[in-house]
Amino acid sequence: MSENHNLPSEHHESPEGTGWIWKVFWILLIVTTVEVVLGIIKPPFLMFELLGTSLLNIIFIVLTILKAYYIVAEFMHLKFERSNLVWTIALPVLILIPYLAFILLTEGAYLNQFLQ
Amino acid sequence: MANGAAIEQSNTPLWGGGRQPFGASYGKLMMWFFLISDALTFSGFLTAVGLFRFRYEETWPVAENVYTHFPFLSGDHPLLFVALMTFILILSSVTMVLAVNAGHHMNKKGVVLWLGLTIIGGFTFLGSQAYEWYHFIKGAKGAVQINDSSVLYFTSAGGTGEIMSLYELVNGQKRPHDAPHAHFNTEQIRQAFSQNKNATLMYPGKEGQRLERSEAASLMADAEVVQGANMRVNEYGNNLFANFFFFVTGFHGTHVLSGVILNIIIFINVIKGTYERRGHYEMVEKVGLYWHFVDLVWVFVFTFFYLV
Repeated sequence: MSENHNLPSEHHESPEGTGWIWKVFWILLIVTTVEVVLGIIKPPFLMFELLGTSLLNIIFIVLTILKAYYIVAEFMHLKFERSNLVWTIALPVLILIPYLAFILLTEGAYLNQFLQ
Repeated sequence: MANGAAIEQSNTPLWGGGRQPFGASYGKLMMWFFLISDALTFSGFLTAVGLFRFRYEETWPVAENVYTHFPFLSGDHPLLFVALMTFILILSSVTMVLAVNAGHHMNKKGVVLWLGLTIIGGFTFLGSQAYEWYHFIKGAKGAVQINDSSVLYFTSAGGTGEIMSLYELVNGQKRPHDAPHAHFNTEQIRQAFSQNKNATLMYPGKEGQRLERSEAASLMADAEVVQGANMRVNEYGNNLFANFFFFVTGFHGTHVLSGVILNIIIFINVIKGTYERRGHYEMVEKVGLYWHFVDLVWVFVFTFFYLV
């Protein structure tokens, strides 16, 4: 049994060639460029208040999560792993991080309001 | 009993050992579990930044007033340099995937090429971060710290709320690009402030609240000049801002550095043919996971330190 420790992982199906890698590269590059351009010009019609911040910031966060998805699913190959591994990795992160962010940001706004 | 052993073999429970229930090797699985805990650590840091940013909204600096340098270009270029750093890290992630891909095909030359480029990308990123830190610590415009320890910028009372640098306050004009970075003492600044009747103070936060000239004048009586940044005070605003900047980007930089070291170790092993003899290049894949994670963290640091 001990020699099983050194067995390589089973080979999972992934697309042939390197075309998919460059496709993901262009997606990441274009999304980053859009973020930077929006960050520099800060279009006034995106600056209105929404969910405690501006619409522009929400767009930034959505685009960031999109980039994170491509890095984890494609580059880290998670998309091609068995679904039990995918959920073991994804669930703790998907539950704990939004929870943490919600608590801390809510408390920060509360402290700002009442501890002046 | 001859086929009894064979039956026993196929009836081995999935979690009874000798099989890979997740379809991933021990090492790869442990790398994933480490990355989960590291992801939670970084989200702890970034949400802590969020907590204090919401808490100190009035004095929390606006990123575009802080990171404005770009090598060989004069003037303010907010975001451009970090965009370049992001590009470098994404590119090094791509070369890492190509190295892993070459490993799957047992293509030693391909692994050497792409892994080598990944290492170069890692060093380039670290160098860029050193540049970023250098300018952050040196400072650009300068500000004053008033007696309640808030740091305020100068601005003109009738203007659009643009920051007036200490140089501009003293010399009456924007600092030409070839002029050296000047240091001012508190006495000089007080004098220049009393002569320049148009100058007043403003908070560095998003609202950029401007003070009345008379109020600013009374605060100037015991204000201290702040130029650059350290762990106690920084010219950009709230002192926690610089502390978090050093801590979070420093912690990420440490990850990049250890990633580069791991890459160099496996690069040497690849050249020596260790993985060729082992029959597979899974070690490249495992270190690759770590390297992509470093890129992933940077995507979030980029958003929450520079964009939002």
